[in-house]
Amino acid sequence: MTNAVNLEQLSCHFDDVGALDKLNLTLKSGEVLGLLGHNGAGKSTAMKLILGILVPTSGRVRVFGEDPRGPDSGRLRLQLGYLPENVSFYDNLTGREVLRFFARLKRAEPKEVNRLLTRVGLDHAAGRRVRTYSKGMRQRLGLAQALLGKPRLLLLDEPTVGLDPIATRDVYSTIDELRAQGTGIIISSHVLPGIETHVDRVAILGRGSLLAEGTIEELRGRAGLPLTIRIRQQASAQPPGTDFHSAILGVTDEGDGNRVLTVQPEHKLTVLNELLKLPGIEDLSVEPPTLEHLYAHFDSELNEGETQYA
Amino acid sequence: MHESLVVAGKEFRDGLRNRWVLAITLVFALLAIALAWFGAAVSGEVGFTRVATTIASLASLAVFLIPLIALMLAYDSIVGEDENGTLLLLMTYPLSRTGLLAGKFLGHAAILGLSTLLGFGIAGAVIVVFDSEATVSALAGPFGLFIGSAILLGWSFLAISYLISAIAHEKARAAGMALFVWFFFVLVYDLTLLGILVGTEGQVSKGLFQVLLMINPTDIFRLINLTGFEQVAEASGMLAIATSDNHSIAGLMALLGLWVIVPLAAAAAVFRRRRT
Repeated sequence: MTNAVNLEQLSCHFDDVGALDKLNLTLKSGEVLGLLGHNGAGKSTAMKLILGILVPTSGRVRVFGEDPRGPDSGRLRLQLGYLPENVSFYDNLTGREVLRFFARLKRAEPKEVNRLLTRVGLDHAAGRRVRTYSKGMRQRLGLAQALLGKPRLLLLDEPTVGLDPIATRDVYSTIDELRAQGTGIIISSHVLPGIETHVDRVAILGRGSLLAEGTIEELRGRAGLPLTIRIRQQASAQPPGTDFHSAILGVTDEGDGNRVLTVQPEHKLTVLNELLKLPGIEDLSVEPPTLEHLYAHFDSELNEGETQYA
Repeated sequence: MHESLVVAGKEFRDGLRNRWVLAITLVFALLAIALAWFGAAVSGEVGFTRVATTIASLASLAVFLIPLIALMLAYDSIVGEDENGTLLLLMTYPLSRTGLLAGKFLGHAAILGLSTLLGFGIAGAVIVVFDSEATVSALAGPFGLFIGSAILLGWSFLAISYLISAIAHEKARAAGMALFVWFFFVLVYDLTLLGILVGTEGQVSKGLFQVLLMINPTDIFRLINLTGFEQVAEASGMLAIATSDNHSIAGLMALLGLWVIVPLAAAAAVFRRRRT
């Protein structure tokens, strides 16, 4: 089966500024890829290249095995859904009119309009002008628009920006549902917490290049970042020091018997066993390095690389 | 084609919602009726004047108003969608840039055409009903020609404003360019022409002068509405030079039509090269 997206040695430059440099990336159908990076890392550029809006300077883009700028791109585009980063739509039209307009363009069934409005929770506001919508409501309308015509590939550029926690949860449950139906999804984000459990793989971009790519577990292993273990002891109990076990890299005391230990990941179990034997231990929790830590790690690698060559 | 019509429909609905159609219709109708009624006030009487005089005053007013309205209506047609983020989104739909431009233009052209027809049409009807001397048969020809050429004039400035909107990368800059274009074609151009004429003591070749008039859609519009009315030609000053040659109305209308097609084609070419 052909991949939903295939990027080979993809570069894109604007007026001598490299927005993307030799990017290789694939996405299978039914897979969710998190595209991470700070602003200007090339996330949106990558999406626009996949959508065929931008012309690559060099390299190759294939969407379902086809060129998104090829002669048959019109048919291909009917199968794509896109939520741009900032979209404010037409202020004077109602939410329903806006969605109906996009549905006609995408040749989606008219009844899909109301179904999607209900799905994103805008049914009660569908008859109001978009002018009166909050940022979150516009974002929901944008999402409804992206889901028109049951796309096989969905590109969401910062889908949860401006959404409250409940709406964010709704977005992720929609993503889970679509993945189960075999839709390939790329989500770009710089809001890292929350996204972790909903993506199969992540690709970290920095200044136009791919810094790291793989499942979150793989990236954790590659980065070798220390685990965080939180313990709570009775106030009178003797706290463990860095000499307690060789794998413990540091201990911080947060007061009231709460202590945070940083531990080398490969010695997780032995350290845990030892900690459980501590006198007066009341609670213990293990926190693997978050995406945020991973991102900071791979980004600083890039920075170090640059200062070396400077 | 289907996509362009969808876009045109949306644009037209937007125009109704914005009350553009209502506003333009009212302005045109009220001004036309007022001009017809008070046109003779200069000669000391109030009441409906001769059709020819009414058309002449209407034409001089329309020459100022219609380009301004057309430019205001569409100066942000492309750059505005760009700033909204909807242009980027529309480009991911199965819709070509030319198709989008054609659709938007069709919608705007319908808004402007319909309000011009309604506004001046209502005025024409009012004149026929209330002026005992005016008859439908006497009024229909010149008034129909006036409305037809006014619509074409509006569309030509609509096309120019699309070109502006495709070039500009900011809405504010597009607005500035639109104002400049209005100033140039409506005010500066004729004054300059007049200056040249006076400065050279009329030594400009007549052929050159004709060509200079043709490269301004407002002058073509004036010629269409003043040619054929002897009385009007007397009252219209400079243009009398041009009108003394009998221009074919059809030829002038075709030329005005060219002023719609050429800027629109240029806008499509610029839009295709635009980065978004």
